[in-house]
Amino acid sequence: MSRVFAQARSGLVYAGLSLAAFVSIFPFFWMLVGTTNTAPDIIKGKITFGSALFDNITNLFAQVDMVQVFWNSTFLAIVGTVLTLAISSLAGYAFEMFPSKTRERVFAVLLLTLSIPFAAIMVPLFVMMAKLTLINTFTAILLPSIASVFIIFYFRQATKAFPHELRDAAKIDGLKEWQIFLYIYLPVMRSTYAAAIIIVFMANWNNYLWPLIVLQTNENKTLTLVVSSLASSYYPDYGVVMVATVLATLPTIIVFFLLQRRFVEGLTGSVK
Amino acid sequence: MAKSRIGRAEQRNGWLFIAPTLVLLGLFMVYPIVWSLWMSFQTGRGMNHSFGGFTNIIRLTQDPVFLRALTNTGIFLVVQVPIMIVLALLFAAALNNPKLRFRGFFRTAIFLPCVTSLVAYSILFKSMFASDGVINDLAIMLHLMDAPISWLGDPFWARTVIILAITWRWTGYNMIFYLAAIQNIDKSIYEAARIDGVPAWARFRYITLPMLKPVILFTTVISTIGTLQLFDEVNNITTGGPSDSTLTLSLYIYNLTFKFMPSLGYAATVSYVIVILVAVLSFLQFLVAKDRKA
Repeated sequence: MSRVFAQARSGLVYAGLSLAAFVSIFPFFWMLVGTTNTAPDIIKGKITFGSALFDNITNLFAQVDMVQVFWNSTFLAIVGTVLTLAISSLAGYAFEMFPSKTRERVFAVLLLTLSIPFAAIMVPLFVMMAKLTLINTFTAILLPSIASVFIIFYFRQATKAFPHELRDAAKIDGLKEWQIFLYIYLPVMRSTYAAAIIIVFMANWNNYLWPLIVLQTNENKTLTLVVSSLASSYYPDYGVVMVATVLATLPTIIVFFLLQRRFVEGLTGSVK
Repeated sequence: MAKSRIGRAEQRNGWLFIAPTLVLLGLFMVYPIVWSLWMSFQTGRGMNHSFGGFTNIIRLTQDPVFLRALTNTGIFLVVQVPIMIVLALLFAAALNNPKLRFRGFFRTAIFLPCVTSLVAYSILFKSMFASDGVINDLAIMLHLMDAPISWLGDPFWARTVIILAITWRWTGYNMIFYLAAIQNIDKSIYEAARIDGVPAWARFRYITLPMLKPVILFTTVISTIGTLQLFDEVNNITTGGPSDSTLTLSLYIYNLTFKFMPSLGYAATVSYVIVILVAVLSFLQFLVAKDRKA
């Protein structure tokens, strides 16, 4: 009797998980099918592959300077990631390695700012950038994101596991603090860096609200902005939109499948 | 003597290493939030403004659009966050079973939505929920409903689409946290419970859930902050419509500043509503968690 019950329950578990997997994957399938269909077919819900792929790609490249747009997104994501990691990992390292009461208080204040929503500071930030005549520049996009409290916190947690003997030994060998950071800490912590790179790169690549406010001319727009504006016209050409969406999603999917374990570690590592 | 010199060098390095961070956060986080507070007591259009006292706060209480945005955000919060957390917990519990087949596949599939950008998945949802689109087709084919629904044209269904979309995007994300936390629970506790004949649901209820409390609290706070800031999805799926039924606080601030005649003081006041809500809700969630412990 209880075996029948257990079997029924495990059947239910498989059914639930299969449904969840189907629902999770279907939009990806929908996106791929969409790239091969015409806009009217997409709106009518056609779920079989069509023959409009080539037309959709041609139309997209005719409407948008895709090379420029792809470069803008790539540039912002890579430069943003490098700067964020440099500045924020340095701070996370220092908060853990050079303990002091004052810095501990500063750190507590930093943690408080984690709960400040971006919506609350976007208006003053915009006014500030306007005064500095930085509107429509990549500098305005990058500046507010470089010091990331989340990444500082992440590195501080990870530094707790960094063996202090390494630092002591390097000091006896006469290395300066910045040399220790650069030549000892950085190579030892490369898996922490890898996970952080994934988080920051994705956040930058997918950033929407702040670029939407700051970047105003077409030659400066990012891929995310282009996808959004293509889809928000009155009669969006969904075939074109789907091709752009695939291009916008592809880099993060590739990173995910290449570095799946690091990816998950990066997400959960900071709360352990 | 020597020691104090080293101590001083450490102090100096400590400050040097965090100096860039402090400068940047001071300029682009602390200054704006203080400016915002000052600004919320200013009235006027564009760059011309003057001290208005509590004018903006009074305007808040009489602004039907603000009240609608507040209600919508509240609805999203109260309906979506619990659904997502319960689903994520159930998936995590099911996927933790080592005897489960296709475990890796299920885990990857449910997590996969997390790799999409908020804008990209919003657009996918918008196209799937078109009035004669694929969701209506599938639902009618499966006899879930008789006639197509105008998903994005009806206030109730538009809200439903937003809730479904956010749940699709974030359930796997939360599940990963729970899965990691469940795997850290000492297996011998479950062994002991099994030997004592504690049924599976009770093991989940009385062992897993209490052990996961810190993570559940963490994800609840994160989700609450995220929902209060909801922007990308509503701006791309519904642009706040129909008739403001999916307008959120963030979208309203954006509209106040960049769509209408800019009313910076009032926009700052609305943004402080979000700050206060985040603070109060996070505090309440911590209180509830602490209370349950005692």
